[in-house]
Amino acid sequence: MNKAQIAVIGAGPAGLSAALEAARAGAQVTVIDENRKPGGQLFKQIHKFFGSRQHQAGTRGFAIGQGLLRDCEELGVSVQLGYPALGIFPDGRVVFNTAQGVRSLFAQRIILATGANENNLYFEGSDLPGVMTAGAAQTMINEHRVLPGQRVLMVGTGNVGLIISYQLLQAGAEVVALVEAAPQIGGYAVHASKLRRAGVPIYTSRTIHRAIGEKTVEGVELVALNEHFQPVPGTGEILCADTVCMAVGLSPMVELAALAGCQMTHIPALGGTIPLHDKNLCTTNPMVYVAGDIAGVEEASTAIEEGRLAGIAAARSLGLGDDGRQQAVQERLLALRSGEFGAKRQQAKEDILRTFKEAMA
Amino acid sequence: MRVHEHPILGQSEPESISIYFDGKPIPAVEGEPIAAALIAAGVRVLRHTEKSGRGRGIFCGIGRCNDCKMIVDGVPNTRTCVTPAHDGMRVETQYGLGRGSCHE
Repeated sequence: MNKAQIAVIGAGPAGLSAALEAARAGAQVTVIDENRKPGGQLFKQIHKFFGSRQHQAGTRGFAIGQGLLRDCEELGVSVQLGYPALGIFPDGRVVFNTAQGVRSLFAQRIILATGANENNLYFEGSDLPGVMTAGAAQTMINEHRVLPGQRVLMVGTGNVGLIISYQLLQAGAEVVALVEAAPQIGGYAVHASKLRRAGVPIYTSRTIHRAIGEKTVEGVELVALNEHFQPVPGTGEILCADTVCMAVGLSPMVELAALAGCQMTHIPALGGTIPLHDKNLCTTNPMVYVAGDIAGVEEASTAIEEGRLAGIAAARSLGLGDDGRQQAVQERLLALRSGEFGAKRQQAKEDILRTFKEAMA
Repeated sequence: MRVHEHPILGQSEPESISIYFDGKPIPAVEGEPIAAALIAAGVRVLRHTEKSGRGRGIFCGIGRCNDCKMIVDGVPNTRTCVTPAHDGMRVETQYGLGRGSCHE
């Protein structure tokens, strides 16, 4: 597998979707992923997705993942697992590690779908065993079927914090509370309501002050925050908990894009540093495309559509497939970025397009 | 603790193998990450840091952060959250950078 017309790095929702569309257009595609199992984070998403029917609303994340894998197999996409990508050379060589040593893959186009890393917080005791990212807890309960703790404090009320809290309840844990530094809940009301119906308190304008424990977490101290996000003296409150989960945002994993010389921009609304890209996800390096969280942290549904778009566009740039499909995907992406929550992301994406044009002018 | 029954995922795979944690046998599911078997057995401290000696447990759970490094079959700095468990594996708490043999 030392040559491919299109190499896709990352076998999550964006990468698999990109591979599918590129293969459908007639390209020879190889996907590599450092994990032993494909699907990225999709197989941990046991909740039903939102949106419209064309975005598979009502279907659980893992079922969407199974569908993508089935399609990849039917289209003859080569999915190579257990290979962490190490770098990209200017000639399109992707270098990755294998059990037999370092190997190369020469590609005419590279689609980066590397996803994002979870952010963390520092506080007294934040290094105690029992303090972990929300994603770690989700991986343990939904993929490996073990409970990382019995009494969990969730820090952060974006959709990740809300959904994983509910999934912790489904796995049999007790969620003692969710805390949110902002004055309002970050995620969708429908997710928050499910927790409230289950009797889980959600505290806004409050955060974790410290984790308490000798060898592992035995308790947490919460503190109220004022309108400047500063602790209010005398508001400390100690809860009994053995686990602290942090759902405090994600940052795009852009290292490979940086190695490929892609110009970056900084967009806090999309998670931070992001490779500049055009409306078809092509970066400032014309050989390199991005899709999914690396192109701005959003959701699996947008990652799938971005993957499709990058796959179609990368194939088109090699003279494969037809233009007709691009517009339909762009329209679906626009639909996903509408409404109260989507409009901000749409605005941020338009900022990226504008900066891209300036950079390429 | 294992999640044997789940309202959406159904029943989990039974434990069919044993691994050894600091010499003590614990049950595991073939191929699950070592860290998952340890968590199921109630083990939370996986290593002690080089500088302060403070204990660390799993943090990211997907092989990024290196907090779950242990000595596995003599190899130090093995990320137990992404290393599959096999029957008879010897897993040891790691102190500092590990005292086992290095990768050959």
